[in-house]
Amino acid sequence: MTAVEDRPATEIGTRRLRKEDQRLITGRTRWTDNITLPGMVHLAMVRSPHAHATITGIDTSAAAQAANVIAVYTAADFPEGLGVCANAWPITPEQVTPDHLPMVGDRVACAGEIVAVVVARSAAEAQDAAELVDVDFEELPAVLDAMEAMKDEVLAHPSKGTNKSAFWQLDSAAAGTGGNVEEAIAAARADGILIERSYRQQRLIPAFMEPRSTVVDPTGEQVTMWTSTQIPHILRFLIAATTGMSESKIRVIAPDVGGGFGGKLQTTPEEFITLAVARRLGKPAKYTETRSESLLSGHHGRDQYQKLTLAATKDGTVTGLKVELVANLGAYIAIVGGGVPVLGAWMFNAIYKFPAYQFNCQTVLTNTTWVDAYRGAGRPEATYAIERLMDELAAEVGVDPLTIREKNWIRHDEFPFTSVAGMTYDSGNYEAATARAKELFGYDELRAEQARRRASGDPVQLGIGVSTFTEMCGLAPSRVLGSLSYGAGGWEHASIRMLPTGKVEVVTGTSPHGQGHETAWSQIVADRLGVPFEDVEVLHGDTQIAYKGLDTYGSRSLVVGAEAVVRAADKIIDKAKVFAAHLLEASADDLEWGAGRFHVKGTDKGVGITEVALATFASHNYPEGVEPGIDADATFDPDTFSFPHGTHLCAMEVDTETGQSRMRSYVCVDDIGHIINPLIVEGQVHGGLVQGIAQALWEDAIFDDNGTLVTGSFVDYTLPSAADTISFVTENTTSPSTTNTLGTKGVGEAGTIASTPAVVNAIVDALRPHGVHDIQMPCTPQRVWRALQSARSTHPGSTDEGSLQ
Amino acid sequence: MTRINVTVDGVKYSDEVEPRTLLVHYLRETLGKVGTVVGCDTSNCGACTVHLDGRSVKSCNVLAVQADGHEVTTIEGIGSGGELHPMQKAFHENHALQCGFCTPGMIMQAIDLLKDNPDPSEHEIREGLEGNLCRCTGYHNIVKAVAAAAKAGE
Repeated sequence: MTAVEDRPATEIGTRRLRKEDQRLITGRTRWTDNITLPGMVHLAMVRSPHAHATITGIDTSAAAQAANVIAVYTAADFPEGLGVCANAWPITPEQVTPDHLPMVGDRVACAGEIVAVVVARSAAEAQDAAELVDVDFEELPAVLDAMEAMKDEVLAHPSKGTNKSAFWQLDSAAAGTGGNVEEAIAAARADGILIERSYRQQRLIPAFMEPRSTVVDPTGEQVTMWTSTQIPHILRFLIAATTGMSESKIRVIAPDVGGGFGGKLQTTPEEFITLAVARRLGKPAKYTETRSESLLSGHHGRDQYQKLTLAATKDGTVTGLKVELVANLGAYIAIVGGGVPVLGAWMFNAIYKFPAYQFNCQTVLTNTTWVDAYRGAGRPEATYAIERLMDELAAEVGVDPLTIREKNWIRHDEFPFTSVAGMTYDSGNYEAATARAKELFGYDELRAEQARRRASGDPVQLGIGVSTFTEMCGLAPSRVLGSLSYGAGGWEHASIRMLPTGKVEVVTGTSPHGQGHETAWSQIVADRLGVPFEDVEVLHGDTQIAYKGLDTYGSRSLVVGAEAVVRAADKIIDKAKVFAAHLLEASADDLEWGAGRFHVKGTDKGVGITEVALATFASHNYPEGVEPGIDADATFDPDTFSFPHGTHLCAMEVDTETGQSRMRSYVCVDDIGHIINPLIVEGQVHGGLVQGIAQALWEDAIFDDNGTLVTGSFVDYTLPSAADTISFVTENTTSPSTTNTLGTKGVGEAGTIASTPAVVNAIVDALRPHGVHDIQMPCTPQRVWRALQSARSTHPGSTDEGSLQ
Repeated sequence: MTRINVTVDGVKYSDEVEPRTLLVHYLRETLGKVGTVVGCDTSNCGACTVHLDGRSVKSCNVLAVQADGHEVTTIEGIGSGGELHPMQKAFHENHALQCGFCTPGMIMQAIDLLKDNPDPSEHEIREGLEGNLCRCTGYHNIVKAVAAAAKAGE
C-alpha cells in the first residue's frame, strides 16, 4: 500500500495523469477487432447501392461456392427475425415509425442497407465473396432532402402514406412558462425589431476513429458479445427485448472503444446480424466495418432546417422567440433519433430572458442514412441558431454583440432561474466568464485592429465571433424522461467493494470510451474514502461485472454516474463506522471520520477504513445483529439537469479576394462547476472545440441526386488535421452545480456546442461591412467568396448592411 | 503465396503471404501485432503508421511483400528494457490521447517527424502530423507533447 503521506491533500482538482494511458501508448489495447477466438468465422455485409429499391431477387450461389465461404444468408434465412433496431423515444404517440429490421428482404429504404451476409474463414474471403452476391434491385423514386420530404410527393416509405413522422411543440403560453409568442412578434413588427432568419444545420458524420466491430461467442451457456459501443447495458436489454433471448443469457462487453461522440450510441444491424450468425453456426463470429461502411451506415448527425423569428424592442431587449424546425431523421428512426432535435426545445432560448417562446419541430423520413445523436445532440443546433440571431440583433441595433447579450442574459444574482422553456438553471455567472474571456482574448485590442483594417480597406478582414452558450447535460432525471415518453430512465448505478488487502474496486454503470473515467472516478473515491489513488480500480463496460447501468452519452457520466459512486462511498463509510466503533470499543457517536480513518474524539485511538475492510473479511469479531460486510452500491437519479455555460471568443481572418479564412485565436472560458481533473477537462474542451469548428468550416455529409453518399471516405468527408487547427486558450470560472454532491457539471459536449456559432459569427463579422450577413455552413472558401460576390452584386459599391437570404 | 523474411520489433519472421496482403494485415493477423490498427480504407487517417527501416509509412499502403528483407518497427517495439520511448512518455504526460485509437500511429509519425527536424516550430509539428487524424484531442495536446519530446531530446 502506498503511504498515505505521499498523497496530495486532495485528489479532486489535481492534474492526475491518466491511468488508462499505459496500454494505449504501448499498443497493448483491447479493441474488439483485436479479438481472435478458436474457430472464429468472419462476416462481410452485402449492402444496397440504391437509396430506394425493391429487391426482386438475390442469387447467392456463386458466393456460396467461393473458397472458404461457410454460409451466405439473406433475411429469408431468418424467418424468426434477427431482432429490431428499436426507437426508444417516440416523441409523440402518433409518431410514424417504420420498422427497422437488421436485414431486409423486400425493399431497401437507404443506401447501405444490408440485404445479405457472407460468412467465411477470413475477412478477406468474406469480402471477396460478398462481391459475388447478385441482387436484383428495381429502383424506386427516392426522397433525400427534408424540405422535399415535407411535400409528400415522393415517399420514403410508401406504405406509410407520408414522410412526416411527428410534430412536437412547446409553447410558453400553453405551458404557463411565459407569454404568447405571436403577440410578441406582432408587437415587434408594429414597433420594434423583428429578426427573421433561416439557417441550415448540415448533416455531419460522427467519424469516431475506431471503425465499429462486433465479436460474438455463442459457445458458452451465456452468449458473449464484444462490441464497439457506448451502450453495453442498453444493447443487452434491447437484444433481449427484440430477439426473445433471455437477458440473463446475454453478456455484452465494451472493451477498449475508440471514440463514439454519440455515433456508438445505437443498437446496430451489424450487431444483430453477427449475433444471429454466431448462434446459427454455433461458432464465434466477427464483423468489422470498413471506413466506407462506417461513414455510410453508422448513423449521421444534425441535418435540420431552422426557421427563426426573434422579436425585440428597439433598444434590443428580446421579447419573443419562435423556432420552426424540420429535422431529417433518415430512413429509420434511430434509438433516440426523433428526440435529438426535440432536445433543442429547452435550449434555443439559451441564457436569455425571453418572455415568450415557441418551439416547433417536424421530423421527416427520407431515403438517407439514419440520423441520431452526434456530440451535443440537439443543443449545438439550438445554440448555433440563437447565437447567430443575437449577433444579427446586435447588428440591427448597432451595438457590440456582447452588449446585446449582456442586456438580455440572466444575471448571476437571478439563479436559480426558471427559463421560458420551463427549465430551472441551477447556477451560473455569465458576467464572470465573459469578463475573463474578454481579458484573455484581448477583446478591445482586437476590435481596434478590426476597425483599422476596415478603415484601410485591408483585403484580409478581421472578424470577431462571440458565443455565450449554455447547455443542459446529465441525461437525465427519470421522471422527466418518463414525461417525454423516453423508453428508459436516466439513473446511474455504482458499487464499491472494499477488498481485504486494502484495495478498492469501483464498479460503474457508465461506459467510457476515451473520457478517462478510470482516472477521475479514482480521484473521487480516493478523496471520499481516504485511500490512495493508486489503490482504486475502476471496472466498467461489461454487463457481467458492471451488472447495472445506463452507459455514457449526453455529458451524464460525471454528474450522474460519479454521483452514484459518491453515494456508494458514503454508504460504505456509514457501514464501516459501526464496525470501527466495535473494534475501538467506543460509541459510534464518539467517532470522527477523516482522511480514511475513524478517530475516537479526544483520544489518539483510531482505525483506518482499510483495516475495517480486513476485519470484516475475517469477520472474527463484529457487532451482533450486523451483516459482516461494508461493501455498498447506490443508484442515483438526479432531480434535474445541470447547466454548464461559457463564453467563447474567436478571431478569424478572412481574405475578401479568395474567400479563404484562417483562425487567428480562440479563447473560451467555461463554467462547468467544480472540476475533478483539469487535465481531462482541457482535453475534452479541445476536442469538442475542433468538432464544432469542423462543422463551421469543413465537414458536410453530401448525397448525390441518387442518394449515394459522395462523402463516403476520408478523402471526401474532410476531418480536420493538425495542420488545419490552432492551439486554444481555455480557462474556467466556477459556479458549483447544486444538483450533485461534488458541484460538477458536464463538459463532454460543451466545446462542440459553443464553437460552431463563434466561428461563423466571426466570419460574418469580418464581412458584414461588405453586405454579408449569413454564410451557410460549412463556410468553405467557395461559399465565402460567393457570399461576397452576391452581396456586391446586390449592393454594388456599397458597404452598407445588405441582405443575403 | 510468396515467402517473406521480415524483422518486426527486433524479431525475425518468415512467412508465406498472399501477394495482395497489406503490411498492416500481416502485422495484425499473422503476427498478432494488434497494437497497430486500421482506421480507414484510403490511407487518410494514419492510424496504421509504422516504421519501415526507420522511416514512417502507413502500413495499409505497403504490401507485406514489400517489407521482405526489411525491418519494421511498431508501437510495440519502440520502448526498450521496459522503459517507455520518450515520445510515449510525452504523450502520457501531456494528455495527448483520449480514446487512444490514433495514438500508435500518431506516436510513430511524431518520432519520425523529430528525426527529420529535432527542433520543430508549432507550425512544423502541425504540418508534420497532417497525415494522421485524431477525433478526440483537437490536436492541441498532441502538438504540445511533440514539442515537449523535442525539448526533452535537446
